[in-house]
Amino acid sequence: MFDYLNPYRIFKINSTLQKIIFFCFILVLSIGLVEALFLSPEDYLQKDSVRIMYVHVPAAWISLGIFSTIALLSFSIFIFKNKNLILISKSLAPSGMLFTLIALVTGSIWGKPTWGTWWAWDARITSMLILFILYVIYLLSFRIFEDKDKSYKISSIIAIFGAINIPIIKFSVDWWSTLHQPASISLIEKSAIHSSMLVPLAIMTAAFALFSVLIFLMKYNTELIKIKNKGLKRL
Amino acid sequence: MYGKKVKLRFLFLSLILIVLILTIYLVLKSLEKNVVYFISPTEIKEIGEINYKKKYRIGGMVKENSIVMSTEEVNFIITDYRNEIIVKYSGVIPNLFSEKKGVVAEGFLKDRNILEASKILAKHDENYMPPEVKEALKEK
Repeated sequence: MFDYLNPYRIFKINSTLQKIIFFCFILVLSIGLVEALFLSPEDYLQKDSVRIMYVHVPAAWISLGIFSTIALLSFSIFIFKNKNLILISKSLAPSGMLFTLIALVTGSIWGKPTWGTWWAWDARITSMLILFILYVIYLLSFRIFEDKDKSYKISSIIAIFGAINIPIIKFSVDWWSTLHQPASISLIEKSAIHSSMLVPLAIMTAAFALFSVLIFLMKYNTELIKIKNKGLKRL
Repeated sequence: MYGKKVKLRFLFLSLILIVLILTIYLVLKSLEKNVVYFISPTEIKEIGEINYKKKYRIGGMVKENSIVMSTEEVNFIITDYRNEIIVKYSGVIPNLFSEKKGVVAEGFLKDRNILEASKILAKHDENYMPPEVKEALKEK
């Protein structure tokens, strides 16, 4: 049974999985882009700039999801002292950081024509910028601290601290008056986005999720190679 | 199921996290004035002493039939359906600026009712729909 946890075996499964997911990603992304850019209708108010939403919103969702996962894993790292969890959360971070950046940049591009400004220091936008900085610090902490035993503790603390930012991002638009509009999609209420616009949104979210899984698997394999180079048989 | 040490670590971490959340909550609560991006006309009315050298950001709805455009200036009224503020502005108007839509105006107050804006931002609401659906809704 323990053979399944053998790094070499995981590496091989991982490599095949990467190819399948890469194929799925390309497929879902092309469907999503066609839906978002050509098939979906324009908005009654913002006209074509609504199409930016199909990149902006999924990117923001995924970046929040990944950080929550990292925080949860970091919490478990302290409790269960499992070294494998460190590798998993470390490998998750790069795609999360990328999607936070994408959300910030696309939001800025959307903000100029609709709001009339590239940037506003309102609660949602600022807390999202803090999330980006947290991602950067989290990733840097693995590099800065040479001592592997200490570095994972410091990065996990950063992730747990940073987790408090997640509900602030989510509810900032409800708690304070912000320039950013409140959430359109909620689990209990009817969506404020018309169903014809929800289809590309869902497909693009799936595409971005697949992309982050792909990046995660690639990063994880790199970590496994690093372990092998050090001559360790197990974690 | 889990060892005593695991349970202890879990409790300890949870406790730290709860304390941390409480701290952040209190900090944000006390900083509320700085966290809000704009204030409503009603809040302007309630300010005791207005600082005429300070920039205020006032947000609300553009009142129906209140936009008056001339070659140099745009005048309109921001309302929160209780109080109103007249805004004078000359400059670029964002695309989404229109009647009965959200707006944020930044500038100096001339008196309690007049704002000389240096910047105007349009606020977008959470509704997204194709033009045909909007038409159908209007007919209803």
